[in-house]
Amino acid sequence: MHTATQLAHSVQIGLGVFYLFVALMNVGFALYQCYAANNRRQGIVWSLVAGVFLVHSLAYFAGANWIISAGFRDFTTQVMGYYGGQLGPILYTTVSIILFVLFLRYRKFFTEPVVAWSILNLGLLAAGWSLTDDNFRKIITKEDNVPIVMLIFSVGFFTWLPFRRAVLNDERMANGEPPMEKEEEEKVLVWPDLVYTEMIAMIVCTFVLVIWSVLLKAPLEQPATTAKAPNPSKAPWYFLGLQEMLVYYDPWMAGVVLPTMIIIGLIAIPYIDFNQKGNGYYTFVERKFAITTFLFGFIVLWCTLIVLGTFLRGPNWNFFGPFEYWDPHKVLPLNNVNLSDYFWLPLGVTFPEGQGIGGILVREAPGIILVLLYFAALPPLLAKTIMRPFFIKMGFVRFFLLINLFQFMAALPIKMVLRWAFNLKYIIYIPEYFFNI
Amino acid sequence: MADKSRRGFLRTIFGTWFGIAWTALTASAAGMTLGTIRFLYPNALSEPPSKFKVGFPSDFETGQVDNRFKDQNAWIVRIRDPQLGDIIYALSTTCTHLGCTPNWLEGEQKFKCPCHGSGFKITGVNFEGPAPRPLERWAIRIAEDGQLEVDKSKKFQKELGQWDDPESYVKV
Repeated sequence: MHTATQLAHSVQIGLGVFYLFVALMNVGFALYQCYAANNRRQGIVWSLVAGVFLVHSLAYFAGANWIISAGFRDFTTQVMGYYGGQLGPILYTTVSIILFVLFLRYRKFFTEPVVAWSILNLGLLAAGWSLTDDNFRKIITKEDNVPIVMLIFSVGFFTWLPFRRAVLNDERMANGEPPMEKEEEEKVLVWPDLVYTEMIAMIVCTFVLVIWSVLLKAPLEQPATTAKAPNPSKAPWYFLGLQEMLVYYDPWMAGVVLPTMIIIGLIAIPYIDFNQKGNGYYTFVERKFAITTFLFGFIVLWCTLIVLGTFLRGPNWNFFGPFEYWDPHKVLPLNNVNLSDYFWLPLGVTFPEGQGIGGILVREAPGIILVLLYFAALPPLLAKTIMRPFFIKMGFVRFFLLINLFQFMAALPIKMVLRWAFNLKYIIYIPEYFFNI
Repeated sequence: MADKSRRGFLRTIFGTWFGIAWTALTASAAGMTLGTIRFLYPNALSEPPSKFKVGFPSDFETGQVDNRFKDQNAWIVRIRDPQLGDIIYALSTTCTHLGCTPNWLEGEQKFKCPCHGSGFKITGVNFEGPAPRPLERWAIRIAEDGQLEVDKSKKFQKELGQWDDPESYVKV
């Protein structure tokens, strides 16, 4: 399927409304800069930005046909398809991790309101341009996917807000001042202050849900039958991270062990993290390790995988670029090989099928040794070397609990990288007893 | 004072409003418990018959996957096996990864699962994606009337070396 070169009238109206909304947002920001922040120059800059978006809006209302360049679109699709069709997920995950690290490292710059606002504007502009592509629009505006679009923006905002406050607090504390929250320790009453706020929140929530249910149809599908699974078959959006995990792991691991570890890990956080700092105020410097680890798990391993699963996984669970047509016959050769084959085949050793436990253990010895080393030898090694200060501070039980939970979390990116780099299927492969890692 | 006679017991549990209330509560709680236990054994036919006939061997072409019996959880495949020659076998349509139903893609000559992207060759052997083992095969034989009969009460797994079992395929 090729993208239409002429936008439908309804799309033009939709884009007009979209750009009008963005223009109004920028008018608001310009007014804020001018009058609340008393920054005339910023006010002028954002008025100009609002003007540019307004021109876009009016042009689309008037029937403009500005569409994303076919060259760029095809280039993106082509790049995603490099490396045997595997570059897409590699690029996606690598860029997510790099952005995450850059954000933490240069948090002072990124949380600057003007910078954050610029990023939001660039994102909206990119979305606006992309929406002129049929394939992109079809997936973004699907009823099921609306919450995920909202998730991208709300996670972005709610990451920015505490980091902004943390950066300000860290600066204050570096100058010997107390954090902002300590200065505004004015108490409010449950009734009426809190209860009224809650009531208004409930009314707004109900209102939004009513509008939503009127405007967007329920994403119902055909009656279920075992003979025909929808293609792609997607888990509910909040489980797409788990579904992505299942691509790399045996269901026993990705469906039982790792989710259990996530829950145990979340329960264990208050017992492992006994750092009293950061209680009642935002800070990053005082809790670097805790915040980085948690956000890596939440944002990189949970949220970005939801976005990947929603927008970039198409028929047959293949990866599709953002502007690519979801072709159910897309051919991606993914010949996956087990570690035991990598180890024994070059040595000329083959193992017959249906052998006993002894033979299986010999066959899988390389993988078993690696996994044992990972879980049993790596933690003491870390305690002796680079994580020695942690070990001394936390004590034996806490430290090993932390490291083991950390290893389970790291297991997912490690397996992803191994799959991409070496086409590795399973490290330990014992299908005879449903035990594959 | 507690009345320990037989009639006294009846009077205790039915004679006063308080007694009736407790008796009713106990009875309904017991009923709910029994109902819950009953719920665990649904009043449904356990299984459709596990044996079914799919036609004569000559109805199937070499190198073809027959999709007609997919809702009975079987693909009938006829291939030329390097060792066994011209054979027909019945593959289970349940993905060995997490139990979705893959699709046969004629152009790509593979079974591809829509849930996590596992791929299987026409033989049922897994070669891509996360599926840990090959698709299972059902028992198949030529019945007395010359038709092929699939028996889903017996399954054959390659990783256990069971595909060599002559019950798992029919030689044409």
